[in-house]
Amino acid sequence: MSDSQTAPAPLLTAQDFKSDIKPIWCPGCGDYSVLTALAKACAELARPRARIALISGIGCSSRLPAYTNVYGFHGVHGRALALATGVKLARPDLTVIAAGGDGDGLSIGGNHFLHACRRNVDMTYILMDNQVYGMTKGQASPTTAPDWCEGKLTPTGTGIAPVAPLQLALAAGVGFFARGFAGNPNELARLIVAGITHPGFAVIHVLSPCVTFRAEQRGWKQAVHGFDGAPATDPATAMARFAGDDGFTTGILYASATPPFMPERQMTMTAADFDRGFIV
Amino acid sequence: MDIAHMNMDGTEIARRDARAGAETVSLAIIGSGGAGAMRAGEILLDVAAKAGFFGLMCRAMGPQIRGGEAAALLRLATAPVSSPDDHFDLLVALDWENFSRFAAELPLAAGSLVLTDPDEGEVPAAISESGARVAALAMKKLARTVPGGRVNVIALAAAATLIGLPVPLVGEVLARQLGRKGDAVLAASAAALALGEEVAAALPPARRLAPPPAAAGARWVISGNQATGLGALKAGIGFVAAYPITPATEVLEWMAPALAKTGGLLVQAEDELAAINMVIGASFAGTPSLTATSGPGLALMSEALGLAVASETPLVVVDVMRGGPSTGIPTKSEQSDLDIAVHGLHGDAPHLVLAPNGIGDCLFTTQWAVALAERLQTPAIVLSDQALGQSRAVIAPPPSPPALPGRLLATAAEADHYQRYAVTASGISPMAVPGMAGTTYVADGLEHTPRGIPSAQASDHHTQLAKRARKLEAFDYGAAWADIEGEDGDEIALLTWGSATGPAREAVRRARREGLMVRLISLRLLLPARPAALAAALAGVRRLLVVEQSHGRQFHKFLRANYDLPAEVAVLSRPGPLPIRPAEILARLVPWE
Repeated sequence: MSDSQTAPAPLLTAQDFKSDIKPIWCPGCGDYSVLTALAKACAELARPRARIALISGIGCSSRLPAYTNVYGFHGVHGRALALATGVKLARPDLTVIAAGGDGDGLSIGGNHFLHACRRNVDMTYILMDNQVYGMTKGQASPTTAPDWCEGKLTPTGTGIAPVAPLQLALAAGVGFFARGFAGNPNELARLIVAGITHPGFAVIHVLSPCVTFRAEQRGWKQAVHGFDGAPATDPATAMARFAGDDGFTTGILYASATPPFMPERQMTMTAADFDRGFIV
Repeated sequence: MDIAHMNMDGTEIARRDARAGAETVSLAIIGSGGAGAMRAGEILLDVAAKAGFFGLMCRAMGPQIRGGEAAALLRLATAPVSSPDDHFDLLVALDWENFSRFAAELPLAAGSLVLTDPDEGEVPAAISESGARVAALAMKKLARTVPGGRVNVIALAAAATLIGLPVPLVGEVLARQLGRKGDAVLAASAAALALGEEVAAALPPARRLAPPPAAAGARWVISGNQATGLGALKAGIGFVAAYPITPATEVLEWMAPALAKTGGLLVQAEDELAAINMVIGASFAGTPSLTATSGPGLALMSEALGLAVASETPLVVVDVMRGGPSTGIPTKSEQSDLDIAVHGLHGDAPHLVLAPNGIGDCLFTTQWAVALAERLQTPAIVLSDQALGQSRAVIAPPPSPPALPGRLLATAAEADHYQRYAVTASGISPMAVPGMAGTTYVADGLEHTPRGIPSAQASDHHTQLAKRARKLEAFDYGAAWADIEGEDGDEIALLTWGSATGPAREAVRRARREGLMVRLISLRLLLPARPAALAAALAGVRRLLVVEQSHGRQFHKFLRANYDLPAEVAVLSRPGPLPIRPAEILARLVPWE
């Protein structure tokens, strides 16, 4: 294996982290800005492209890896965090980023979200939330408000309370949680850099409007407001501080010092040594 | 007291054994939870191993976590044994609690001897009706006469004495295991052993083992699940993610500390969906990876197996099969996951399916499966089962599979124009792994172009489907695809797979000894099918008996779908949990004589 870290590191621009493939996203989709912010963050961190692995599941936002120039895996629906966990545990030297939407991460992949939070493997999860299933043409997602009636499967609304990603993550023991807005890619890039730099599992919850099925999300521009205070370092404080949050507070909302999960490995034996244990 | 039993002198023991030495003796020790039946069985197997014998110990257990019924089912022999025998020569019942739950697993013959504790109630009707001889041995009372004495140690000494295993060796094995528990415990066990040996002298004789072979050679004591773990380790597995499930858990329990000492890692995942996806991620990152599960877990993994096929990510899933469907019979064996292993993936998804056909072969087949998966960049399913996985055997050291070149990696020469899914003659495309500069790509479950870019075009789909099929079809699997025993001119063949091979192997040997020339063919490689190789293996065969342990004749249907079979085909197919016994197979062959 050639090792790009041993080669002189060329200075890469954000553009170098983007591929030549044209996204399938609709014009005006928030995910374009997420791609831009991610590329910017990677350039800022000056990590070699070959040392970054970007893992996704299924959905509009999960198409992200193809539009970058790093190693990527576009897997099955809901399992991005599990696959990314395998990458990072097998190769701690890599910078591992998982990405996907609210349906992928909080519905079909909800269990993995919980366990990724509590396992605290050193990787970053970009959760692009548009409160709708776009790829299947506009059904309610786990973050959709109960009275949204435009989903054809739920014409009178879902009638059930949406998932609150921040509270869910805190309850599951997340180590880092930031919220960004696709309409502010510079802030988002800073949050992604902070997440990647954070030692442990970092959730970057991105409000990423779907202008096709949720045209009213164009109004998020006016709704978002920044949190500039020092992030809470214990879950109880964070939980209390954001108990009445409207979901539009952006910034680093929580950052704990919980050490990341990375089991020690030893090389004290070879496979052949284990024969001895079975010999009569 | 029989002086020969007390004598430590080797010649005396040999003379005693020669009086009524058998090549093989089967015995069962049964008891309710905590009685120590399983422990006693394990010790007897170790003793037999140290005494120079071969053997096999299967476990019959109920679903209880602690306690419940348990039976250690042993067969000891002067040569390697591949399956349980037709019946048990000796049954030692520590008690009869819940006996009815596993009575069917304990066939007895007229010459069998049953030891019963008169204080544990009447001998069940099923025992009386079997025609076996019954002898009373007040094991519990006897144990109480020794301070700290245990019932199962009395039983152990009696059983060892009856079948002709040296009791001093039992003492040695016990002492080694109890070593840390102090002198009082050691003294109690020695006293109980002596007492058990003494009282056994007054019992009716049981079938006794002939002397062990003069040169048995190196032997191992290993379970199928341990052998699977060791095979995986030898093949270079560096990452395991799995979710606990019976009867596969011992594969994981063995591998967790072994991986930690060899630079690898085992992760307990939150579910099987996570496990298989973690394995895909680790393999994508360049580490040979594996998971172990049972039928329900394999069902949960099947979507991601499709991803591994499409993204050409090597990995191995070991399915230690149990009775199904659904939760079924988790503690007992069945060969009924063949259908899902072969057909359970969505889309056209060529992959490997292999099956070990013996306890030692769990090592060979798992090691080979990893090597094949790595070489062919594909998922491989290994179908072991409870009868292999949770049984321990004394065997000759298992052989190693043929060495294969490892994963075909991309080179620096491909930098900047790298095609992850390049269409090659072999169908195998050089694989880049993260860290290699200039060869970044996105592995994708979407159909893709050679470069890996998503594509819905017919030409890309057809080309990639053909490439993925070709790499498996065109590969030369060599001689390991099947075990074949027999000679040209055999007109009858047994065709089987997996754990059913054990009794089939014995049936073939018995048949040949009696002059009925029968060929054994046991398929180790189930997918891809090898029609030309099987046609050659069946050359001259006019009659074929298919042997398998499933209700739905899954193997027979699999054969019909993939192979041309001779005109006359019979099927011995029966669901678990009862093992197929050699005599049953022989009985089906005799009419063909």
